[in-house]
Amino acid sequence: MTRFTWHRLVLWSVLLLFAAWFLAPLYVMIATSLKDMEQVRTGNILSWPTSPTFDAWAKAWGTACTGTDCGGLQPFFMNSVLMVLPAVAVSTSIGAINGYVLSKWRFRGSETMFAMLLFGVFMPMQVVLLPMSQVLGWLGIASSIWGLILVHVVAGIPSTTLFFRNYYVGLPDELIKAAMLDGAGFWRIFTRIVLPLSTPILVVTLIWQFTNIWNDFLYGVVFSGADSKPITVGLNNLSNTSSSVKEYNVDMAAALIAALPTLFIYAVAGKYFVRGLTAGAVKG
Amino acid sequence: MTASRTAWLPRLVVAPSFLVGFLFIYGLIAWNGWLSVSASRLLPNYGFVGFAQYAALFESERFHVALTNMAIFGTLFIGGAMAIGLLLAVLLDQKIRAEGVLRTVYLYPMAISFIVTGTAWKWMLNPGLGLEHLMRQWGFESFTFDWLVDPDKAIYCIAIAGVWQSAGFVMALFLAGLRGIDDSIIKAAQVDGASLPRIYLRIVIPSLRPVFFSTLMVVSHLAIKSFDLVMALTAGGPGFATDLPATFMYAMAFSRGQIGLGAASATVMLATVAAIVVPYLYSELRTKR
Repeated sequence: MTRFTWHRLVLWSVLLLFAAWFLAPLYVMIATSLKDMEQVRTGNILSWPTSPTFDAWAKAWGTACTGTDCGGLQPFFMNSVLMVLPAVAVSTSIGAINGYVLSKWRFRGSETMFAMLLFGVFMPMQVVLLPMSQVLGWLGIASSIWGLILVHVVAGIPSTTLFFRNYYVGLPDELIKAAMLDGAGFWRIFTRIVLPLSTPILVVTLIWQFTNIWNDFLYGVVFSGADSKPITVGLNNLSNTSSSVKEYNVDMAAALIAALPTLFIYAVAGKYFVRGLTAGAVKG
Repeated sequence: MTASRTAWLPRLVVAPSFLVGFLFIYGLIAWNGWLSVSASRLLPNYGFVGFAQYAALFESERFHVALTNMAIFGTLFIGGAMAIGLLLAVLLDQKIRAEGVLRTVYLYPMAISFIVTGTAWKWMLNPGLGLEHLMRQWGFESFTFDWLVDPDKAIYCIAIAGVWQSAGFVMALFLAGLRGIDDSIIKAAQVDGASLPRIYLRIVIPSLRPVFFSTLMVVSHLAIKSFDLVMALTAGGPGFATDLPATFMYAMAFSRGQIGLGAASATVMLATVAAIVVPYLYSELRTKR
């Protein structure tokens, strides 16, 4: 390899240049969020704060104004937590059972049904917004967290089903047949044999659903009411609230607060997140 | 007993979620289609007006702006993300020692919301204290960068932020494809004296064709669905200069009281995505058998 040192130099420069490009916004966000407005004005986007302070973070969390309401991001964050936990749990469970049936208990038409369900992974959700808001109204859960949970569960079924189905296809059929010969039924095989083998795909799906639902903005902005807006809507309202002085430091702290949960999961389980990303696009 | 149970149990178990899923996908698509041929404005009104909403849609100047922006943004976003993603994947495939770290860095934007990305780039690109201010402090006194508030240029800012967010994703897809290529082919070509760039251009990249198409498909449908990034970065402004079909639909349906027009634009989006995705899904499921 030493013969190629010149090549290696170019290679590394390009790679590091791109790494800097990807990291720059994160650095700018962190640096800006630790400044007060005086330092924001006198410094520049790349300068490190001369006297770092968490005031902007405290303001973004507790007292910043979104529209006319000045309670910070805290209530929005709580809404997102209340929404994301049940939505992830339910959509993942449904996906696991669907995937189990579609791979190990195929029936006539099940493959076609799977293909039809797959379109739901790709379709533009704009097409369901108007009718869905009527449906939520009929069900009496419009503008509530329950409505958002329902939409996220239903919209998540196609991708969770895809993930589990493609994973279970790889489990040997002999396993199921042997268990059936031993007298195990549909549920027993699922809970005793399939589920214990599902840890990797379970982690992938949980992370995928958590990231998607936490980061969702479209459903959040359309289907939420005054008390049920998720964090992304809160952040967008906060940074678009016009005041006499634009407090970029508070905006950046708010953006980081909104990004922290998913960034944390990415940092500890990035491998599984990447697997989810590629599983949605490349055949399993 | 088991024979009859195994016959109906699996179907019964998946029936409710499939029913709800199909109602959600196809039922609501049909319903939206119905709205798009109705006289609905502020409230749904199921009086049939034929294709009047579509005619109004394609006569609307704002929708034309949205379509033009879609073309500009789509080309730059898809082209930029594909080019950078492929480059990074090929470079990372050169047995780099710190590959894991670099890959993590390139991909982290995919873990955060487009709203966060938009908020961050809005701050960096703002003409007052952002990039312009930085360059002036560095001594380029006459440096101006006001694209974000320039109706003709703001769409490029959205494309830059979009590429930043998605290039790592494309890289991951291509890298997965590169890892599937048999090393011995490359070694054999090296023995024959072919140079590394030549091997990549002639052998490796052509063999990535299936991955290339699936990636293109995924990135294209992301481009058509782009909504959050525009809302956070420009909210469609200045005026409606950076509207995309998705933000047009949202504005018509939920703030301008033009439900019929919004539904019609959603149908146009659906048709575009379907034209890209359905052939892909069809071939994907075909080749599996």
